[in-house]
Amino acid sequence: MQKAAPRRRGTALALAATMAASLGLAACGSDDSAGGKKTLTWYINPDVGNADASKGGQATLAKECSAASGGKYQINVQLLPNSASDQRIQLLRRLAAGDPSMDLMSIDPVFVAEFAQAGYLAPVPASLEPQFKEDRVQSAVDASTWKGKLVAVPFWSNTQLLWYRKSVAAKAGLDMTKPVTWDQLIAAAKTTKSDIGVQAALYEGYVVWINALVAGAGGKILENPGAEGTDTKLGLDSPAGRDAARIISTIAKAGLGGPAMGGNQETESLDMFAGKKANFLVNWPYTYGALTGDKADVAATIYPRTVADKDSAPPYGGIQIGVGSKSKNPTLAYQAAACVTNQKSQAEYMAKSGNPASRKASYTDPAVLKAFPNGIAATISKSLDQAVPRPQSQYYGDISTGLQQRFSPPGAVTQQTPKSAQKFILDVLKGDALL
Amino acid sequence: MSTIAEPTPESTETSAPLPKAGRPKLTDRAKGERNLGWRLAGPAFIIMLLVTLYPIAYAIYLSLFSYRLTDPDARRFVFLQNYVTSLTDPLFWQAFITTFVIVVVTLVIELVLGMAIAMLMNKIVIPRRTLRTIVLIPYAIITVVSAFSWLFAASVDTGFFNHWLHAFTFGGFPLDYDWFGGRWSSLTIISLSEIWKTTPFMSLLLLAGLAQVDGAMEEAAKVDGATWWQRFYKVILPNMKAALMVAVLFRTLDAVRIYDNPQVMTGGANKTMTLSMLVSNETINRVEIGMGSALAVILFIIVLIIAALFVRGFKVDLTGGGK
Repeated sequence: MQKAAPRRRGTALALAATMAASLGLAACGSDDSAGGKKTLTWYINPDVGNADASKGGQATLAKECSAASGGKYQINVQLLPNSASDQRIQLLRRLAAGDPSMDLMSIDPVFVAEFAQAGYLAPVPASLEPQFKEDRVQSAVDASTWKGKLVAVPFWSNTQLLWYRKSVAAKAGLDMTKPVTWDQLIAAAKTTKSDIGVQAALYEGYVVWINALVAGAGGKILENPGAEGTDTKLGLDSPAGRDAARIISTIAKAGLGGPAMGGNQETESLDMFAGKKANFLVNWPYTYGALTGDKADVAATIYPRTVADKDSAPPYGGIQIGVGSKSKNPTLAYQAAACVTNQKSQAEYMAKSGNPASRKASYTDPAVLKAFPNGIAATISKSLDQAVPRPQSQYYGDISTGLQQRFSPPGAVTQQTPKSAQKFILDVLKGDALL
Repeated sequence: MSTIAEPTPESTETSAPLPKAGRPKLTDRAKGERNLGWRLAGPAFIIMLLVTLYPIAYAIYLSLFSYRLTDPDARRFVFLQNYVTSLTDPLFWQAFITTFVIVVVTLVIELVLGMAIAMLMNKIVIPRRTLRTIVLIPYAIITVVSAFSWLFAASVDTGFFNHWLHAFTFGGFPLDYDWFGGRWSSLTIISLSEIWKTTPFMSLLLLAGLAQVDGAMEEAAKVDGATWWQRFYKVILPNMKAALMVAVLFRTLDAVRIYDNPQVMTGGANKTMTLSMLVSNETINRVEIGMGSALAVILFIIVLIIAALFVRGFKVDLTGGGK
């Protein structure tokens, strides 16, 4: 026993020394790893390449901009979860914990307000602001602005189109050169015994649809963006809200959304379209790239109208780049964001990933025109001019979840649904109801 | 610990004066052993307190505030308001009923099935080890993986359930039946997957209980002319009460916390949200830390009540060895 003690102490010392050394090394590795070159972390949302830099996604932009920085910084990418809600939760958790690695973040536009209001975003340098607004579609700038100030960098700007098979539309007697309404689409689907691909699962994508329907009828879900929870005014309980409910309910009750409409997200509705169970589909522009086989019969046009005499309000989506307020290198991070969103990067990203750029010049780039042929690129650009974003509010998460819950399942939606959803969301915002 | 603290005949033999009255005085050796015991177990005990008691106390403290993580400036003390809101909210009771239905349905079916499997395993001698291994396979699968398997199996597009039911009912069952389109059909699949997954656990616990039952008592009952049912009901069951309670209690508490299966399959759609999902939704999604903590505390109290009821109802003293 006596003899063993020093040896044991020696082992403990060795262990402690190893731990201390590894901690020290870890600390070195996280910051300037290669002789003064700063390492920036970019939390990217999944796209065509995910973390693989050879596929033309955000990881490729990170690699190219690192090389172009001339040794100033090196961007490492971290992949966020698949769904927008899960992306928000991961970012939010890290931001709330003051994680200093939040240099660059790909943020869904609906969460920009919440992050900005909570003080999680570093201020945009005044010197770079003109560059971030230059040649951008208006909806992308709006989505990056909170209370009159640019708080994020417009990166890509997504919008939903109406995808259809030309032969089926012709058979149903639809003139696709003119705007079509949801009612016409429903009638066409009925006569051709075809489904319409929509997203109505209990998730963010359902709100995309509801918002587009309400806005298309000239209404607004949120009347006063930026208001405090208790002062929030909603416009769901209105003729526009009831128009939206009527369309959802008609499609669900006639079985036109497929047998599992209440569980359909983008992928399922795309599969319905690809498998020819559906010949009409509302979905994002990646649809064209995702379809395989002969695409000669596939075309896209502007999002369907809610009411015949008003322009439709196509959904606005996309990604903004935010810089965390606890980032150790905010200046470098904004320089990296400028590189990631310059004209060359934007066109390249759009052509390779299928996600539309926020810079207008990209839509005439030869590579983009090749990736989006048959006038689809021009249709996306036109749709973006017309697009209406979802409500901008620091409580967007609550508004969205409340809407999803009250409008689910789509088969149970009635003319009373908008009113009950409105009351429910307001109760939640006041703290009088659970969500 | 108790054997060290109390003087045993062995420890008093070292010439210690015997106490006259009241608490027996500790011998030096007993004291030394007790101190050593504290020194050895003390750090672990303190760490246990820190990691279990601190979060509970902190959750109770937070539950008294209206506190949104993204809006820390608006944090204010609301005392029990979060509890009042929770307990008067229809969504809470909806989640409570959903959880309750899942607990009762899965518990009853698992108890019967688990008992049957346990008795089978107890009787079968030859491929005993193989059988036990096979029975345990579903339990070895991670819940989230099994949840996805059941989701895909029951889905309209990828699933085979509808094809089988369609074939077995000679076309009576619709091929495009959407299991996840309604509350009760969703709960059916959720409960089925729970039963499939945790019956092995139940049967193993019950098998341990069955092994404790003295074969001689069964023989005696048989000689006395007891029927199979009488032997089961009057001899086997009472003699495996402790194991039965452990199985029922563990499984109940497990089911009360149910999260993965409904989260993966429906995400809480069609009124299939459980209490755990509600807690996670308030705390993680809405970052309403105060309300989420209040709900977590309520769930904690429900668990305590269930545990107390079972321990009392079965009249088993688990610390005393079971019988």
